[in-house]
Amino acid sequence: MRNVYIIGSRELAAYFTSPVAYVFIVIFLALAGGLTFFFGNWLERGQADLQVFFIYHPYLYLFLIPAVGMRLWAEERKSGTMEFLMTLPISTGQAVIGKFVAAWIFAGIALLLTFPIWISVNYLGNPDNGVILTAYVGSWLMAGGFLALSSSVSALTKNQVVAFVLAAVLGFIFLMSGVEIVQAFFRAWAPPKFVDAIAELSFLTNFGDLSQGVIDIRDILFFASVIGVALFINTAIVEIKKSA
Amino acid sequence: MLLEINSLTKRFGPITAVDNVSFSVERGEVLGFLGPNGAGKSTTMKMATGYLSPTAGNVKVCGYDVRSHPIEVKRRIGYLPEGAPLYGEMTPFSLLNFVSDIRKLSREERKHGMEHAIESLHLQRVLHQPIETLSKGYKRRVGLAQAIIHEPDVLVLDEPTDGLDPNQKHEVRELLERMASSKAIIISTHILEEVDAVCSRAIIISQGKLVADQKPSELEMRSLYHNAVGIRVSYENLEQCIRVMNQINGVRSVEHISQSSQLNHLIVFPISGADILTKVSSALDENKLKVAEIYLEKGRLEDVFRDLTLNEKGAELENVSNSNVAKEVAGHA
Repeated sequence: MRNVYIIGSRELAAYFTSPVAYVFIVIFLALAGGLTFFFGNWLERGQADLQVFFIYHPYLYLFLIPAVGMRLWAEERKSGTMEFLMTLPISTGQAVIGKFVAAWIFAGIALLLTFPIWISVNYLGNPDNGVILTAYVGSWLMAGGFLALSSSVSALTKNQVVAFVLAAVLGFIFLMSGVEIVQAFFRAWAPPKFVDAIAELSFLTNFGDLSQGVIDIRDILFFASVIGVALFINTAIVEIKKSA
Repeated sequence: MLLEINSLTKRFGPITAVDNVSFSVERGEVLGFLGPNGAGKSTTMKMATGYLSPTAGNVKVCGYDVRSHPIEVKRRIGYLPEGAPLYGEMTPFSLLNFVSDIRKLSREERKHGMEHAIESLHLQRVLHQPIETLSKGYKRRVGLAQAIIHEPDVLVLDEPTDGLDPNQKHEVRELLERMASSKAIIISTHILEEVDAVCSRAIIISQGKLVADQKPSELEMRSLYHNAVGIRVSYENLEQCIRVMNQINGVRSVEHISQSSQLNHLIVFPISGADILTKVSSALDENKLKVAEIYLEKGRLEDVFRDLTLNEKGAELENVSNSNVAKEVAGHA
């Protein structure tokens, strides 16, 4: 636990010494705000909630989270620091979790910086703040899911661009597995149970309830399991890559 | 025995990078690890420090097996990886603190370790500059500092003096000498004079195989030049000198190395490394031959190195060409 904390703190500090962090935060805030106001017509809707704010998060994360996660391992491998890190007295799992948590906290900071929209909605009307809190937590969990996928993929390559593209594609598959096009593709030949199982893997479906303030333990467990499984695979990939 | 390596082998697909290498290092020893590029030096070091897992064989550090107790092993090793990779955005100060945290140093250990590392590697001036902005020499020294900060029992340094200027090289060698008595140290290097200067033992590895494990002085004895006598003589006396030398009992050959308008350089090779210096000098006296300089060759490591690391390759090339010839002959028939 202590090692996870030390590695995580170092990693988080590293984010803020690079311009990428600030660029990411600015773009995330600009896009999140822009989509809410111009595409979601938040003001014109005249409703005191943040539905149209959260509805775009999955799509924002699809492209922005791989940008946060791509460097996690690809950079270590490219610069050779992985050898320095992995010959310190720590386990691979501690390194994987520490680095992931740092990136996840970073994503959380970006998410928290959207607070002006929460202030606005409270100023303009009387929203249900419980719903908004649940949606924020749900959004952060979903970011963790995308991030864990990005982190695993990042360990596969030394090239951050490749890591980005692979993470976006993998994220897209998880995001869209509940959408009609993907479902129709499977329904044509697969048994209904399998089709349902695929739909259950969808980030959209699982985020849907949370974003509307419905706390379903299954949704939370879903994202927790995605993170857990992805980080387990991540650890295995790092072990394999460092020995080959 | 602080470090024990037993029949260590590493294969990458069809390539055998390290082939059945065994050696051990005791406290107080500085082991020079020599070999051409790609011979398997770094791969061996990576396995010893628990980064790569071996295909076969084992590594024991302070009695702990690197595969079953990787954390215990890593705790006792200080390691400078090849090229000294470090987090560029960190400063030497924050990096040393990070390493002290991970290595769970107590307050005193940290204070003492940091002071010692910073002082002996002269890092005061760059302590708060991002590592990526430092020169190659400073980066290497930061890499060394993080390797020694916890006073490890075993120090594994992959090309520690690469990129340092002669003064810095000298300082690093002095540092190694100071630390040698309390640790087992392995350094890999291309610089053969370094082996002479700091190592108590040298290992030569070629194509993944161990080809020599001896004291530097013993290695020098394997050189053709061992106990050869060098003579610088004027042009007028050259002919006579060569004649006289060839008559000495125990001289194998006399080689005329170089020639300038004033002085000629001769090397007199003994038969099987025997000591011929006294014979040579008395022969010169008897014949009243005046020479400008006479000296004894200890032997040339470079020579031994080339001999040990090129021989096998040469043999292999020969085999290949022979088999090609055989094929050609078969084709013609």
